[in-house]
Amino acid sequence: MRGSLYSRALAFTNARLWQLTHIDVLLIGSLLLLIGGGLFVLYSASGQNEAMVERQVFRLGLGMLFCLALAQLPPKYMRRASPILFVFITMLLIGVLLFGVGAKGAQRWLSLPGGLRFQPSELMKIFMPMMIAWYFSDRPLPPSFKQILVVLVLIATPVLLIAKQPDLGTSLIVAVSGIFVLFLAGLGWRYILGAAALAPIAGYSLWQVMHDYQKQRVMTFLNPESDPLGSGWNIIQSKTAIGSGGVQGKGWLEGTQAQLDFLPESHTDFIIAVFAEEFGLIGCSVLILSYLLVIARGLYIAANAEDNYARLLAGSLTLTFFVYMFVNIGMVSGILPVVGVPLPLISYGGTSIITIMATFGILMSIQTHKRAR
Amino acid sequence: MKARYQHFRNYHQEQRLTKFRLLAAFLFVLVLSGVLIARLFFLQVVEHELYQTKADENRVMLVTEPPPRGLIYDRNGVVLADNRAIHSLTVIPERVKSFDELKLTLQNIIEISDAEWESFHNRLKEYRRPYQSITLKSQLTDEEWAKISVDLYKLDGVRVEDQLTRFYPHGEAFVHAIGYVGRITKKDLEKVDQQAYQGALFIGKTGVEGFYEDELFGSPGLSKVEVNARGRIMSELGRQNPTPGKDLHLHLDARLQQYAYDLLGDYVGSVVALDPSTGGVLALVSKPGFDPNWFVRGISSKNYSLLRNSPKLPLFNRALRGGYPPASTIKPFMALSGLEYGFASWSERYFAGGYYQINPGGRRYRDWKREGHGLIDLERSIIESVDTYYYQLAHKMGITPIHNFLSRFGFGQTTLLDLHGGSVGLLPSNEWKKAKYNEPWYTGDSLNIGIGQGYMVATPVQVAAATSALAGRGRYYQPRMVDTIGDESVNFEGAGEEKKIQLKDSRNWEKMVVAMKKVITDSKGTARRLQGTQYDIAGKTGTGQVFSLQEDEEYDADALAKKLHDHALFIGFAPAEKPKITVFAIFENGGKSSKPADLSKKLFDAYLYDDYPEKYNYLKGKAE
Repeated sequence: MRGSLYSRALAFTNARLWQLTHIDVLLIGSLLLLIGGGLFVLYSASGQNEAMVERQVFRLGLGMLFCLALAQLPPKYMRRASPILFVFITMLLIGVLLFGVGAKGAQRWLSLPGGLRFQPSELMKIFMPMMIAWYFSDRPLPPSFKQILVVLVLIATPVLLIAKQPDLGTSLIVAVSGIFVLFLAGLGWRYILGAAALAPIAGYSLWQVMHDYQKQRVMTFLNPESDPLGSGWNIIQSKTAIGSGGVQGKGWLEGTQAQLDFLPESHTDFIIAVFAEEFGLIGCSVLILSYLLVIARGLYIAANAEDNYARLLAGSLTLTFFVYMFVNIGMVSGILPVVGVPLPLISYGGTSIITIMATFGILMSIQTHKRAR
Repeated sequence: MKARYQHFRNYHQEQRLTKFRLLAAFLFVLVLSGVLIARLFFLQVVEHELYQTKADENRVMLVTEPPPRGLIYDRNGVVLADNRAIHSLTVIPERVKSFDELKLTLQNIIEISDAEWESFHNRLKEYRRPYQSITLKSQLTDEEWAKISVDLYKLDGVRVEDQLTRFYPHGEAFVHAIGYVGRITKKDLEKVDQQAYQGALFIGKTGVEGFYEDELFGSPGLSKVEVNARGRIMSELGRQNPTPGKDLHLHLDARLQQYAYDLLGDYVGSVVALDPSTGGVLALVSKPGFDPNWFVRGISSKNYSLLRNSPKLPLFNRALRGGYPPASTIKPFMALSGLEYGFASWSERYFAGGYYQINPGGRRYRDWKREGHGLIDLERSIIESVDTYYYQLAHKMGITPIHNFLSRFGFGQTTLLDLHGGSVGLLPSNEWKKAKYNEPWYTGDSLNIGIGQGYMVATPVQVAAATSALAGRGRYYQPRMVDTIGDESVNFEGAGEEKKIQLKDSRNWEKMVVAMKKVITDSKGTARRLQGTQYDIAGKTGTGQVFSLQEDEEYDADALAKKLHDHALFIGFAPAEKPKITVFAIFENGGKSSKPADLSKKLFDAYLYDDYPEKYNYLKGKAE
């Protein structure tokens, strides 16, 4: 039954209409599943704030437009534009450090005429893998040592600029999105093992450049009870929310931690705690499976992409999407330190939704612009 | 592996490489997703109960609702301690951004004195549950209430709360008997069940209020409420209504109490009246008193230091703690002890001169009557209060039999059964003096004890209780305030029982009462001014020396500053045959004993024949 449903869906995907509109039905379908479920959680997490849900729907709609628009753009144009975009955004990142506007002690935004604000680091999440994939697109794989060094410099430059803002979460995502390309391009296992061995040293140097509030987060992660009312509060309350949800959860809108405001940031970074409290382990498993569905489809698209550029880019974007989810759930459930990474497509918030939706536009473009065999 | 160095590109192999890496990545994704699920499993299944409890602790709070405090009534149902509803302006400090701003805003609405702000800030520093309100201004007038109610919505964290507060309608005359309640301090909370006192404003501090705190308090209502992270109550999950505190019915007679207080006039002093058949306290006066309502409202530090530093010591409970020489009021007890141990007899005659000497040519122990009393017997020694008789008796007896006998009347031992903080006075002994001064007991010490002076110190409550034992012909009751708690008689167990004082010759009781009657009826009786009653009074006067007269010094009352005047004392009971009331009265520096004697007679008239001035009718209650 399942098999037949899957093959029928595939047949549907191959239908001419989807080919023409450059839509990948399986990807869009699993995305809509996540988005729809996410809106229900947001309604609960926001204290049944309909206006907030409406704004989120608007953003998602905007993101969907970007997604569909990008899907129309053949990958070869993306490839050509990659280095220009990368350099341009890197310049903007320098601009942010010089002229940016801040919030909560961090400078992340550039003011545009007309009162708009613009966060270049967000775009780097896409342009970084594009750049590295472009770099490898006309070079034989696996990369040579010299190429690896070049790529590492390319990755480090914007990552350090973003980390300096400071925005640890985004710089992390940007870094891994570049590193994933390197990995998919065939980075030798000995380098990978070597890097793993050097990780403690890297960690130490990272600690040296981190801001106090970031260090505080790591300390709190290691021992949340050390400051139960201060910075440990978030993680204690989120673990309490998740744990008290049990297997079945307390039911939609019934989570006491969330509804009685014990859970901070419940509609943004910590929204998974609301979900876990209200829908329990069963709900969480379904959610993670839905994410895996999206990821599986993304990796399938990557594996069947037409050229190296498309393959590396699609693979990296999909894996980066996974990192979002993993880091977010990991930090909220207390196995990773709290870095500001939203739960993709579900957390309330502006720019990241648009970039993530754009990511899937690129994936669909890669899937639907293949020359007929 | 060599493919890496070939000049031409093997696209197929490159594709396979990336595909392989994609597969590896996907496996890694699955493993990490497994880690997430395992983590969630750990939190949601393995540690579920721990976090369930934590979540409930977060949201469920037990709020206690203080029970209405039991009322205190006198023997005729007059309310002595009442509960009143008041409107108070309260502030939840957690919800106020700036107290200076609040002060400015409130200034335009109602007047809040600096003292009120001061006590508010003081209470801010004290122990308190989070989000518990603090009273800023209590007892709003109706006008203030109306004014503030209009603007309340603008003031975050400010509320008008209806509270039950204690009110003592009869003020200062009763304070040393009833005591008062005051705001609960951190120290108070250490002594009680903190859970029960959550939300309670007051706790009994002194007097009956303090001693019967548990009974008066009742048990609080509990409501289980759901609160949000800011402590706001969202819903009630269940409740249990409070059980009101029990009412107390005292032996006290409110009219007698007030009358006795007023009769002390401008003097400092104390009056204790007992019912000799029960030990019940009919009046317990210590003057001056103070208005207990000050302490309920929260007394300003200025007024408090005024009370503390007043030379008349209004905060001092003289009836309970005042240590006075019993003076000549000890003589009936001394006489009985002489009779008991065979050192005195009713028939033996004694020549009482103007003084007594232990050794010829030694120190002269003076009688109050310079020329002496002539040839007298034991009865006359009581009637005329002959000092020399008791010098010689004490000389013969020595301290040990005196100590043993007076102990049986509670001297140096007892205090009120149901009030805290009473003093036990001092009944000296050989051992006591050895321990205290490391000196032997001298005969001269005994002589002073013989006339109730020297080292001996007794409280008004003690002397009144001992006098009641005379009135009861040996039936001794430890004095007590409370008759019934709710509908039940108070049970003091062993301590509350009648204690029979046995004499070898029990006829001595009656003979002593006759002698004490003659203190009034005899033409030379020291209380003959009390003659002319339709009932018999038995009594004994006393004048306690505040300073020691030198051997040959003349007592010149007028020349002495009033504070050096002798204390004037009187003990008595009536009707002598079947006593219903015993009175002890002392006027500090009152000079002659006529003042307490007159006071006692008025109390007898009032209590036995309802002969009160009309102005006390408001305290009559259901008394017939």
